[in-house]
Amino acid sequence: MKVVFKIYRFNPKIDLEPHFDVFNVEVEPTDRILDCLNKIRWTMDSSLSFRMSCAHGICGSDGLTINGQAALACQKLVKDFDYSQEIVVEPLRYFDVVKDLIVDLEPFFKRIKSINAQRIPTALIVGDAEKERVQNLEERSEFDDALKCILCGCCYSACPVITEQDSDFVGPAAILRAHRYIFDSRTTDVTERLAVMQKPHGIWGCKSYYMCTVVCPKKIKVTQAILRTKKKIILEQQPKSE
Amino acid sequence: MIHQYDVIVIGGGIAGLYTALTTAQNNCRVAVISKVHVTRSHSVAAQGGIAASIGNEEEDHWEWHMYDTIKGSDYLADQDAVEALTKEAPNAIYTLEHLGVPFSRNQQGKIEQRRFGGHTKNYGQAPIKRACYVSDRTGRAIMDTLYDQCLQYDVTFYNEVFIQNLLFSFNHCCGAAGYDVATTTPHVFHSRVVVIATGGGGRIYKTTSNGFASTGDGFALALDALLPLEDMEFVQFHPTGIYGLGILVSEAARAEGGVLRNGLGERFMERYAPVLKDLAPRDIVSRAILKEISDGKGIEGKDFVHLDLRGIDKEQLNRKLPEISSFIRTYLGIDPSDSPIPVAPTCHYMMGGIPTDLQGHVLTDIVGSVLPGLYAVGECACVSVHGANRLGCNSLIDLVVFGRFAGMNIIREIKSKVLQPLPLQAESIVEAKINRLLESSGSECVPVLRESMQRVMTEQCSVFRSGQTLENALGEIRQLEKRCLNVGLTNKSCIFNYELQEMLELTNMLKVAEVIVFSALKRTESRGAHFRSDFPERNDEEWLKHTFVSESPMGLKESFKPVAISKFAPEMRRY
Ligand SMILES: Cc1cc2nc3c(=O)[nH]c(=O)nc-3n(C[C@H](O)[C@H](O)[C@H](O)COP(=O)(O)OP(=O)(O)OC[C@H]3O[C@@H](n4cnc5c(N)ncnc54)[C@H](O)[C@@H]3O)c2cc1C
Ligand code: SF4
Ligand code: SF4
Ligand code: FES
Repeated sequence: MKVVFKIYRFNPKIDLEPHFDVFNVEVEPTDRILDCLNKIRWTMDSSLSFRMSCAHGICGSDGLTINGQAALACQKLVKDFDYSQEIVVEPLRYFDVVKDLIVDLEPFFKRIKSINAQRIPTALIVGDAEKERVQNLEERSEFDDALKCILCGCCYSACPVITEQDSDFVGPAAILRAHRYIFDSRTTDVTERLAVMQKPHGIWGCKSYYMCTVVCPKKIKVTQAILRTKKKIILEQQPKSE
Repeated sequence: MIHQYDVIVIGGGIAGLYTALTTAQNNCRVAVISKVHVTRSHSVAAQGGIAASIGNEEEDHWEWHMYDTIKGSDYLADQDAVEALTKEAPNAIYTLEHLGVPFSRNQQGKIEQRRFGGHTKNYGQAPIKRACYVSDRTGRAIMDTLYDQCLQYDVTFYNEVFIQNLLFSFNHCCGAAGYDVATTTPHVFHSRVVVIATGGGGRIYKTTSNGFASTGDGFALALDALLPLEDMEFVQFHPTGIYGLGILVSEAARAEGGVLRNGLGERFMERYAPVLKDLAPRDIVSRAILKEISDGKGIEGKDFVHLDLRGIDKEQLNRKLPEISSFIRTYLGIDPSDSPIPVAPTCHYMMGGIPTDLQGHVLTDIVGSVLPGLYAVGECACVSVHGANRLGCNSLIDLVVFGRFAGMNIIREIKSKVLQPLPLQAESIVEAKINRLLESSGSECVPVLRESMQRVMTEQCSVFRSGQTLENALGEIRQLEKRCLNVGLTNKSCIFNYELQEMLELTNMLKVAEVIVFSALKRTESRGAHFRSDFPERNDEEWLKHTFVSESPMGLKESFKPVAISKFAPEMRRY
């Protein structure tokens, strides 16, 4: 069957303004949107640029805006949309567009790096542990959800704080990454990590809009992780009795 | 643009990151270069686990692990290398844990372990729990940990830089050259040591569990430098790829209780491997599936069988295989706890690769001469611990153990290594190569040529092959290489030009495909993943040796290297 794809195009070398191209593509309802994009690139327009790697939702390459929602092109099938209408594919919002569907993710990865306190090479290494450190099931479950993050950046494109209020906000995935270490019973520099979270444009910028949680393709409870981290900061700041 | 480092690592999967981390921890200036952003490297897709005899669930010994690995390899693995691997494996797991890898835990709070194909207790008696894991996201979790560690040690990343060739000066490797995919500008990396860690090449086949970046570039880099490749005829087909898509359903699914069933609903693996059944090594299970299918016992007579997870408790399924359950729901629209999953073999892993010694040095010949300054680690390398068939969970441990050995060795050697002068025109050679393609206007197009290659390799050189099919394949691959000369790129842009990238990848894949077919043609026996229907038996008398193939002015040439055998004499392989 034929489905109409309306695709955002921009080549900074030639275009003053972005525009949309329309492709009428022969696809199956069970095809991934990524398959459709490949079909366009391989058989209709070789100049279309987009990223991909694993094609099954684990590498985080292909976060795009599909019919207005941030999603992974390899995780959405044609039948997930009303394909009697055109399917609109745009780059992730918030980030600068480099070409077509490709955005500059440098600001994203900078933030992921920024959550590390400083150069703390031994942060997780316990020198005298001969075997593994013991971590019971409850301790392990504290940060399990955060391990699902694939660094796709979808949550940034959806977060109203970063897109509309404070473009320097550290953002959901970075806080989630911090949370992953802060709630790991093995981490030895929790206090420093909590301090990093409190820097300007840090965790307190989050207004709990839950949009990150709504779009996260890995269904991570991002906002909940942020709230738990905030709570931890407050509890740590309470003067300890005695 | 020219960059200078002590160490450059081409490839940022687990192998590359581990080597980078080890050297950076010891004050080397290190750069990792990756054609996809490092966190997108295909190591993130590893699901099931990483093998080590830490014995947290039941008694285990490295000697048992060693035996299983050698038997699994159909006795082609070098036993000194397997000994080094399995002895070091427990240590490697503890080191990963200390670095922060969030392993799944058992009731005692220790690293939890599960069964995996071909891993047994007491030299083949019964399956053993040897695979350490992070639910079914083991690769992702290890990658994330190593990435964060590398950031803290100031490893520099060059993301989306595509390496085209190695640079040599006086027979010493002194760097690599490539281009930035975002701008198509050449970059030259000048270094004292070069490490190749480019992963596998599953994209040579039509159906694969590998990502789009797995195009065997590292193998081609070696071939172009006139270096040999070892044992390339051994290509692993994983038995349980989702039918049609090739996406992997890890062996962990069978380890947790899943079983294979044919069209009659029969648990057919009991007939092929009475002891290990569904957990027999992959070469055996893949052949069994295809045998069932060719006997008309596929599901409704079609070319797939069922992987049945309905026997696994729902809660266990969600805890231990969440990622797999979720993508099965997404792609097939079925719930694995209600419906069986259609599966068929999918191209998964290259056992062969760039020959190295235990320290990761790249070898230039069968007598073990070393090429100064050049190392290889990970799936692109061949130490050889996997021989003719790799056991599940043995790749990740290989990456970590030999990634570290290479790193440690580089630290020792680098003190005596000076920066060799760069060859002239390192930059302009890449530029010329790119420009030639951008200006090309022939009638052939990349996707068509690539599909032809994938079809040829899938039909003539996969699980079953014969002299006849291989001769055909060799002819067709060479024909396709010729047709590549007449390619015409329609995308002339210099910004993220993937047509250009895919053309360069195709050229690499065709070179590697030719070596795979050529090696397979030479080996007139069946061993591990290499099954010749015209020579269905293993022949230790003539073929207990490694195949080395390299390019020469007269075309490909082969030589052979004896297998290192120490503790375990070859036996019949029964499971
Ligand atoms: C789906 C799947 C599941 C698996 N599960 C398991 C498992 O449970 N246990 C196990 O032991 N093994 C498993 N394996 C095997 C194992 O994951 C791989 O063998 C291993 O991850 C390869 O790692 P690597 O570091 O060698 O390469 P990769 O992780 O593939 O990385 C290759 C790197 O090289 C870069 N690169 C390649 N060419 C170039 C170039 N020309 N220029 C610049 N950069 C380049 C890429 O960008 C990438 O960074 C699995 C494999 C797959 C596909
Ligand atoms: S919960 Fe916080 S981080 Fe998430 S979208 Fe809302 S403001 Fe942004
Ligand atoms: S939290 Fe979710 S949306 Fe955000 S980067 Fe991670 S996986 Fe992507
Ligand atoms: S291509 Fe890897 S997440 Fe979509």
